[in-house]
Amino acid sequence: MTGPEAPGLLDGPLSPARPLRASGTLFAFALDTFRALPRRPFQLREFVQQTWFVASVTILPTALVAIPFGAVIALQLGSLTRQLGAQSFTGSASVLAVLREASPIVTALLIAGAGGSAICADLGARKIRDEIDAMEVLGINPIQRLVVPRVLAAMLVATLLNGLVSVVGVAGGYFFNVVLQGGTPGAYLASFGALAQVEDFWSGEIKALVFGLIAGIVASYKGLRAGGGPKGVGDAVNQSVVITFLLLFAVNFVMTAIYFQLVPPKGQ
Amino acid sequence: MGVAVQVEGLTKSFGSQNIWSDVTLTLPPGEISVLLGPSGTGKSVFLKSLVGLLKPERGSIVISDTDIVRCGEQRLYEVRKLFGVLFQDGALFGSMNLFDNIAFPLREHTRKGESEVRRIVLEKMDMVGLQGAEGKLPGEISGGMRKRAGLARALVLDPEIILFDEPDSGLDPVRVAYLNQLIVDLNAQIDATFLIVTHDIGTARTVPDNLGLLYRKHLAMFGPREQLLTSQEPVVQQFLNGRREGPIGMSEEKDVAQVEAEMAALQARGGDRHNGVGPKGAVGGDAVPPQLDPSPGLPERRAQRRRQERVARMLHDFDPATADAIRASLPADLLAQVDAGVFAPTVGAHGRHWDPTQAVGVLPGPRDGR
Ligand SMILES: Nc1ncnc2c1ncn2[C@@H]1O[C@H](COP(=O)(O)OP(=O)(O)OP(=O)(O)O)[C@@H](O)[C@H]1O
Ligand SMILES: [Mg+2]
Repeated sequence: MTGPEAPGLLDGPLSPARPLRASGTLFAFALDTFRALPRRPFQLREFVQQTWFVASVTILPTALVAIPFGAVIALQLGSLTRQLGAQSFTGSASVLAVLREASPIVTALLIAGAGGSAICADLGARKIRDEIDAMEVLGINPIQRLVVPRVLAAMLVATLLNGLVSVVGVAGGYFFNVVLQGGTPGAYLASFGALAQVEDFWSGEIKALVFGLIAGIVASYKGLRAGGGPKGVGDAVNQSVVITFLLLFAVNFVMTAIYFQLVPPKGQ
Repeated sequence: MGVAVQVEGLTKSFGSQNIWSDVTLTLPPGEISVLLGPSGTGKSVFLKSLVGLLKPERGSIVISDTDIVRCGEQRLYEVRKLFGVLFQDGALFGSMNLFDNIAFPLREHTRKGESEVRRIVLEKMDMVGLQGAEGKLPGEISGGMRKRAGLARALVLDPEIILFDEPDSGLDPVRVAYLNQLIVDLNAQIDATFLIVTHDIGTARTVPDNLGLLYRKHLAMFGPREQLLTSQEPVVQQFLNGRREGPIGMSEEKDVAQVEAEMAALQARGGDRHNGVGPKGAVGGDAVPPQLDPSPGLPERRAQRRRQERVARMLHDFDPATADAIRASLPADLLAQVDAGVFAPTVGAHGRHWDPTQAVGVLPGPRDGR
């Protein structure tokens, strides 16, 4: 072909190829990150700092969200089981709801909303100040240097947060059920043991690990591609949170479906 | 000796927006070149392309036998070690203090002990006038200090090619004068290849060996300093004299009739030489001021002799005004050789007038001897 061509379907802002290309570059970025993972020297200092940083921006909001979340589930289930006459199962039902779903979802929201946005804003600010370019010119690969420790930190903190949410959620459920709704402690704990199994906890942890991975990668990807001054950083943070949410909820659905295929429910 | 940078037919676009196309120039080894151009013509993009941070779609950039437009990532990281880059805003790492910023390349790429690192860092900080500021964070210092710290960081690994993106912006005139002297002194000491992007006409007139102007998505002109300073090209004249009269408008091009009227009015006032002083050191019409020399006590710039031989060889290409200006800068022995017809046109050098394979400072034999 010669000469300039008229813009076709594949050019311009409405082109159907655009989302494909965007997800392609995101996956390429994720692959680059995996490839940089085993590369020495591992940035231990950066990893510890980032873990501390992500934890410090997420722990308090997570605890504050987890208490009402556990309470809402306990209230809903408490009245539902009373209507069905299955009051003795309130404990197990609320534990299952918290362990299997609520806690990974709360973790996801906070890892993406608080941790991811902070990572993205940090990297974006460095990008527009040319720090990332300067680093590359000095012969340092920013993916190995900055992205890998951040993604690992997000994963570690996500699993820790998931444990935190589980404990706080279950404790909150117990408090509401036993103290406020007049349930009996014995029935709560007994039904807990009857239906819940340790796989529920592990599935939540694995979910949290994957959520941390996704949040870390999307936040780093968006941050390192920020452009156009301070507004560009704001846009990047906004997009990173939205994209992470969309991905997390989709992945959560898939992982839940797989879980029910793999782990038989107790008591069958 | 510094390393040559050969750029051929380089074209860069972002999406459908073309930034510049078909840029061809050679930065001769060890020489200082200045690139001028109106804001937004892609000078920073050009610098970033030279270090491989942006990938042009077409053309080549050859640095020590590697085309960095097409080479692999591993090789690119190798070639980048030749570079020191001063970014437009210093690009210091915000989380580290100035000492750690400047020590960063040493700690990453060398096995020097901490006392050796300290010695080098303090020496470079002293060089750029930042003694005593080691503990400051980049957010706590002025823009001019950030710039000088960025320069110190660019220098610690003894680079062969140094790129400056607007070293003078945000500095007061006295600091600019010191910085220009520092650039010339550095060049005399390390003989690296320098490329400076600047808007400061005073710097462009007195510091470099070569001058270039990027305009309307093209390299309008690139050549020895004298070529641009004596050029009759309206765009070059307008830019070097920092005046409104001429083809360059505030935001876009002007129509021809308006430009002609403006130029007529300028001539009526006596032309550029009598137009008074323009902004950013623009003064003097097509006069060629003397080039800045290294400070007393420093060695002579080794690039100076190389350049004299190089431009002597291209004298016949220039119009008389430029040739006269260049002759005025040549030493008597070279002039005698020029007049004796020693220098043949460098055929097939693509306007480079400089032979990369040739030994430093050695004159080619007489024409019939080659
Ligand atoms: N990463 C990028 N993506 C898209 N467009 C870009 C990018 N970087 C630069 N541009 C565009 O390229 C053009 C040239 O920008 P550049 O910063 O190189 O100009 P400049 O000549 O350095 O200007 P100034 O003298 O103001 O520094 C601008 O129009 C800018 O919008
Ligand atoms: Mg610029």
